[in-house]
Amino acid sequence: MIEAKDLHFTYPTGLEALKGINLTVDDGEFLAVMGQNGAGKTTLVKHFNGLLKPTKGEVLVDGVSTRDVSVAKLARNVGFVFQNPDHQLFSETVEDEIAFALKNFDFEEAVIEKQVEWALNLLDITQYRKTSPFMLSGGERKRVALASILAWDPQVIILDEPTIGQDHQQKEKLQQFILQLNAQKKTVVVVTHDVEFVAECNPRVILMSQGKILAEGMAEKLLTNPKLVAQASIVPPQITQIFLELADLGLPTDVIDVHEATKILLDRLRKKQ
Amino acid sequence: MALIETTDLTYTYPGATKPSIQKLSITINKGDFVILTGPSGCGKTTLCRCFNGLIPHFYNGTLEGKIEVAGLNVAEHKIHELASHVGLVFQNPENQLFALSVEKDVAFGLENFALPRDKMRKQVDWALQMAGISELGDRPPHELSGGQQQRVAIASVLAMQPDIMIMDEPTSFLDPVGAQKIFEVINDLNKKLGITIILVEHRLDLAAKYANNVIVMDEGSVVLNGSPREIFTSEEARLIGVGIPKATRLYQHLKQHGVHLKTVPVTTEETANLLREALKHD
Repeated sequence: MIEAKDLHFTYPTGLEALKGINLTVDDGEFLAVMGQNGAGKTTLVKHFNGLLKPTKGEVLVDGVSTRDVSVAKLARNVGFVFQNPDHQLFSETVEDEIAFALKNFDFEEAVIEKQVEWALNLLDITQYRKTSPFMLSGGERKRVALASILAWDPQVIILDEPTIGQDHQQKEKLQQFILQLNAQKKTVVVVTHDVEFVAECNPRVILMSQGKILAEGMAEKLLTNPKLVAQASIVPPQITQIFLELADLGLPTDVIDVHEATKILLDRLRKKQ
Repeated sequence: MALIETTDLTYTYPGATKPSIQKLSITINKGDFVILTGPSGCGKTTLCRCFNGLIPHFYNGTLEGKIEVAGLNVAEHKIHELASHVGLVFQNPENQLFALSVEKDVAFGLENFALPRDKMRKQVDWALQMAGISELGDRPPHELSGGQQQRVAIASVLAMQPDIMIMDEPTSFLDPVGAQKIFEVINDLNKKLGITIILVEHRLDLAAKYANNVIVMDEGSVVLNGSPREIFTSEEARLIGVGIPKATRLYQHLKQHGVHLKTVPVTTEETANLLREALKHD
């Protein structure tokens, strides 16, 4: 469990990025952090694995303050996948990249091999195992970064903008395995601007603005509230936008899913006949 | 008028075992707004690097076939000659920005063109304003957020007022409202100033309404080329895994259940209007 209690954070430049965050992320929860550029989303999640320490207030991971544990120790439980894969990747081959953390955690050779194999396969990058990560496309590098974290099987997985540069198929796969990880009781925290992605997964969402939490709730409640989404500098999912335009016809406006939308429209059309 | 023309273009990176672009032939006309899409790793970014001469002049490797941009044979003209015609906004803004202030970064290209100072000042201010970052002029780019950096990268290309602007996922780090604003800026550049736009994008729901042409690549070749409407309703696009906008998917779902809307909608507004009509009359 991760708890932020009256969390404040000010960067050395004087920028006050977090202004009193109170938040609990339960074990096995799937949480999406959304909101405007510069709202403090990445700053917040960097506190979850101790990369940043609070200026005021505290963050507890499984009851222990992140001030009292090293990042290395926290990392075993909390894996962080950066927004920009180039901040993370450094090895000469994809394979080495994925094995790196496993070696640092002193896993046995046989386990390392198995885990690397598993992660390569999961992220669809087996064909690149001997390739330099820097020869790969932006979207592929992003998947290498993800594989290198998933390989050591942390309990909490933090993904900063995982869908950037991913095509539709990769996004669907990403969605499937996030839901799969979640089904295995892993905690997944995703920082994202991708409303369509969130609409399809329907996790709990927190909307941030200017260092504070603006609102929290399920995606279908939050993303369909035009006022709230505007405050958080996001736009409702396209299906919601269509239903908001048709609100005067008495259609519901809290629709985010295309299948649900189809059903509602078919019902209405049948009633007319 | 063809502004970009490739004939059987094939390119292999140095040390690579197979080409990243294979026998690719396309024509892009002046004033087009083209979306370039396809699975990640299909060669989109590589093709963009051919348009402004980074390939072959910077990356080396083997270029075969022919590519002409603004009447210039890319293989025979240096990057700086092409730069006055083609601007490229990188996928990762950090690879593009280097100066100590935003303003200097945006002015850099113009300085290289030896523009008079007052004209440079005007164009820099205009570009900053268009990208919505006038207040960031004095800030160091590396201290900005990913989204802000993306705007700086756009402004620095915009300032040069090129004939062709190539943008490789230019809004990927931006929040949706920020992204929409940038798309509208890009659309204005296209519709008002006649700049030809090539936009690499996966999120077609956001960009489709501005484009007149969608090019879908797979494994280094062009597999589909047509209007957004044609592409989004084609079976091939679905099979390749092109992200069809939800509005178009809603149309397809209704069709499967026997409800035929008059045309294939690409945007939110079109879909809402078609549904309004269907719900009223029918």
